[in-house]
Amino acid sequence: MNFGEILVEALTLTLLYATPYLYSALGELFVQRSGVLNLGVEGMMLMGAFTAIFAIAPAGLGAAPLMGVLLAAAVGALMGLAAAVVNVTLQAEQGISGIGFSLFGLGLSSLLFKVLAGGVIVASGFEPIHIPLLSDMPIIGRIFFQQNLMVYAAFALVPISAWVINRTKWGLQIRAVGQNPAAADTMGVNVVRVRYTTLLLGGALAGIAGASLSIALTGIFQENMTEGRGFIAVALVYFGGWSPWRVMLGALLFSIANNLQIWVQILEVQIGGQPIPPNLLIMVPYILTIAVLIFARQRKRLEPAALTKPFQRGEN
Amino acid sequence: MNSTIRRLFGGDWLAALVPLVAITVAFVLALIVGAFVLAALGADPAQAYGAMLDGAFGTSTNFLRVLTRGTPLLLVAIGVCIAFRGGVVNIGVEGQLFVGAVSATAFALAFGASLPAWLAPLATLAAGALAGAAWGFVPGILKARFDVNEILSTVMMNEIAVQLLIFLLSGPMIDPEQVAQGTRVPQSARLPQVTWLAELDARSQLHVGVIVAVFMAVVVWVLLWRTTIGYRIRAVGLNKDAARYAGIGVQRYLALALTLSGALAGLAGAVHVTGAEHRMVEGFAVGYGFSGIVVALFGRLHPLGAVPAAFLFGVLLVGADKMQRTVQVPTATVIVLQGLVVIFVVSSDIFVRRWLSRRQARLAQPSVSAVVTPEVQA
Repeated sequence: MNFGEILVEALTLTLLYATPYLYSALGELFVQRSGVLNLGVEGMMLMGAFTAIFAIAPAGLGAAPLMGVLLAAAVGALMGLAAAVVNVTLQAEQGISGIGFSLFGLGLSSLLFKVLAGGVIVASGFEPIHIPLLSDMPIIGRIFFQQNLMVYAAFALVPISAWVINRTKWGLQIRAVGQNPAAADTMGVNVVRVRYTTLLLGGALAGIAGASLSIALTGIFQENMTEGRGFIAVALVYFGGWSPWRVMLGALLFSIANNLQIWVQILEVQIGGQPIPPNLLIMVPYILTIAVLIFARQRKRLEPAALTKPFQRGEN
Repeated sequence: MNSTIRRLFGGDWLAALVPLVAITVAFVLALIVGAFVLAALGADPAQAYGAMLDGAFGTSTNFLRVLTRGTPLLLVAIGVCIAFRGGVVNIGVEGQLFVGAVSATAFALAFGASLPAWLAPLATLAAGALAGAAWGFVPGILKARFDVNEILSTVMMNEIAVQLLIFLLSGPMIDPEQVAQGTRVPQSARLPQVTWLAELDARSQLHVGVIVAVFMAVVVWVLLWRTTIGYRIRAVGLNKDAARYAGIGVQRYLALALTLSGALAGLAGAVHVTGAEHRMVEGFAVGYGFSGIVVALFGRLHPLGAVPAAFLFGVLLVGADKMQRTVQVPTATVIVLQGLVVIFVVSSDIFVRRWLSRRQARLAQPSVSAVVTPEVQA
């Protein structure tokens, strides 16, 4: 391949690998906007990833790809419901309960993977969809208009999320509950119900994010295949200043970091005439996350005022 | 006896008993949900849990193995106690443990053979603790100076540590024999014997580290409840604003709590490599850090509570190996159980808090009615 072809390939992969970040981070955005920190995204993604591939694999249930995504969303929503009971009703400390859900999801997805699939599962899910006319354009057509359905849907979710949050009554309720739950409560908004619904949505989207990773990107499942992406998604919400559009920018940035090996190849980066060890390249997204969190400090004023604070009527 | 109990719990044994009951209920609930999961997967829960118990208590070697396994868990857990008590959620113990172990290994391989026999193991452990402290200091200073969410930064430090470990073991620190044989298995050379911790039992690999760990639990208890530094760490953890108002340098103590926590996790890694494994391999002590967090929560963030908790989770981990071998239920079951324990323990807290505040209201002493609740924080 020449330089141009590799560049096009790398940009195509950038959009593809941004997909799991988009679903999970946008879901987390709704949750955080309502004043709850869901740190269980990682576990929900892993459960979604396994559910989806087991649903569509010939060795599993053999269902259609969309059915796999739906089931993953259902499993994610179920975990979101459990997280709502724990964080909203039982007012548990959100940072720690989330780690519990992540451990639970990691353990259960590994357990299911071994018991139901015997430790190996492969399935091809979504084929690229060539959008008529647009996909025939040189370069741009290849990068933007020959992706699969899950990628298009993920990017479509960005303006939809922005619209729901900023322009709908439900979005207003979410923001009110996240900023000042006591005031929202006196205005007749059911704080508990709003937080339950955002956690259900956030769980479902985390499940779909996992499904996109297993059946729209890689076609396999492996133990702990998310490798911290769920936690990065939480960081992306901070980085994006709780705005869907800026979260999308963050997702693209991290996608590039994930595919750094290709970029290093394109730009022919070397250290002392030696290729860079792959493990050092894999580190980059994690280092980037920390850097991004330092940078996100200036966005602190945008943080929902009631984030991580449980609501108890009559206490405020 | 009665006076001892009163001294330990300030005469308020009921206030100490209720959290204990809550935590026991939480653990039993986790086991019950775990049983449903196993049954849904077609395994017999009674058989699986039975194999677990048998694996842990079946023979005296197995039982000693529980202690070997519990040793690093205890060291990690008491470090987690310092951090959580200080108001920082250190999820990075897993990475701090790896970095501690790999640094101890590097130190032992480089200098171990040239040190006197009494100093070699001590210096090796110190190297591990220092490296772990450094790995904890980074998120600590980021939290103190830039208000970086420590949960996220420590998770990232874990992932970085994993990659660093693989890089070191397959590159600069690879066992020369592996290179010579051309197999290139990513593992370090064997530590010089002078750096090994004294062995107590050969078959279970039990070593003096278990005594070190229990001793450190007492040290941390003294640090947290009997020294000014510990008092300040806990004050910051209870209420940052009040601590600041009382003239405590909140930022400094946040960073200190994470650094000390990292030091103990690093020590855990160093103790495990010098005591049990004697070399670093890929997959070394995977999951020990997260288990340590669960142990700390289960011990209600008390260093002495962590001692029985570490033992209990040692039982789970050693038992799980047997369970996998004999009834073919994967060890991942333990991760499921650990997740459930965390979820149930943090969920049970509300009942303890409500009971305590109702009781406080009943005893109604206006001057102490201002209950200080731990600051909920991200």
